[in-house]
Amino acid sequence: MTDATATFDVRRHGPASVVDIRGDVTAGSEDVLMSAYAAAGDAEAIVLNFSDLSYMNSGGIGLLVTLLVRANRRSQQLMAYGLSDHYRQIFELTRLDEAVSIHDSEQSALNAADAG
Amino acid sequence: MDGMDDRTVENTREKQVAARDATYWAKAVSRLNVSNVPEGAINLNVTGKRLAGPIQGFGKMWQKTYQVSLPRERVSPMDLIATWKQRFPDFWPEGNSFYAPLTGIEPGEVALLNMTLPGKMKLSTGVMVLYADEESFTLMTPQGHMFAGWITFSATEVDGQTVAQAQVLMRASDPIFELGLTLGGHRQEDRFWNQTLTAVADHFGEFAEVDTQVVCVDKRRQWSRWSNVWHSSAIRSTGYMMGAPVRALRGLTRRSRVVR
Repeated sequence: MTDATATFDVRRHGPASVVDIRGDVTAGSEDVLMSAYAAAGDAEAIVLNFSDLSYMNSGGIGLLVTLLVRANRRSQQLMAYGLSDHYRQIFELTRLDEAVSIHDSEQSALNAADAG
Repeated sequence: MDGMDDRTVENTREKQVAARDATYWAKAVSRLNVSNVPEGAINLNVTGKRLAGPIQGFGKMWQKTYQVSLPRERVSPMDLIATWKQRFPDFWPEGNSFYAPLTGIEPGEVALLNMTLPGKMKLSTGVMVLYADEESFTLMTPQGHMFAGWITFSATEVDGQTVAQAQVLMRASDPIFELGLTLGGHRQEDRFWNQTLTAVADHFGEFAEVDTQVVCVDKRRQWSRWSNVWHSSAIRSTGYMMGAPVRALRGLTRRSRVVR
């Protein structure tokens, strides 16, 4: 549980930073996720791309809450796309979807970031 | 042929991932339902409530981590979690009751909690098993619980030791609970989980010091959530207790009517 088994690559798109997530997101991913967040810099929106997510446990969901707090502190929007039906349900179950806006595609998320 | 094999491997992996997802996580629920109320348990403040995570709470956000280390040769992480799941209520401090679901700690199951707060106040609430695998399980709170959040119990191997951990990510649910936490509630909670982990270590024949780490993740209170107080399990449990004599009287009256 403590080993990082996911990678987080950051791309900049105008006012948004897109974080491409690959692998298993667990509590052990904290350092790599927070490094990615630091690399995202002063973007107005952080867009999490879950298209290549293999797995996420409850520790991973906890990390997203921590990330959300940090983003809110800097008045950044937190968005997500590429979630499978299963993880959409998990976002609803944990009520993370009330604070992280979920989009069907990267373009949709970027448009929302532009509009925001 | 190779392409076919790759596709087969990919399909198998997708199926395994889907099975893992379905097995470990609770299914989506809009409101909680307690199907079987164990004898002696008070089912209050759970049925019909929604789950509430740290985002829905009122107070400051805290991450509290309690750890205890045991020799690996005494117990493996997987065996520790299997035992913890199986005997979860036994490890709770005295005066507090965890009524585990009949099927045990399984994703989606709801457990009832009857707790004693300072001033001997009784509080009835519950939790839902949000996630459970071989190395960890997570309980999430309903609206009205003392705090909004979840607790993850896990075990890992670190340097030849099996480290058992309880980690709470929470905000006090409403202004009253926030005040309570500030006025000694945090200390009481720390004591609660220290006693729990000590009991886990004791079960495996070890006396071990519990390491406690407390981090304030968010200092801000979410004032827009003050109205969570409407669901307060403390207020509703107190009301229920105060209504006990009236309920008893009604029961007697009804019985005497039947006798006549």
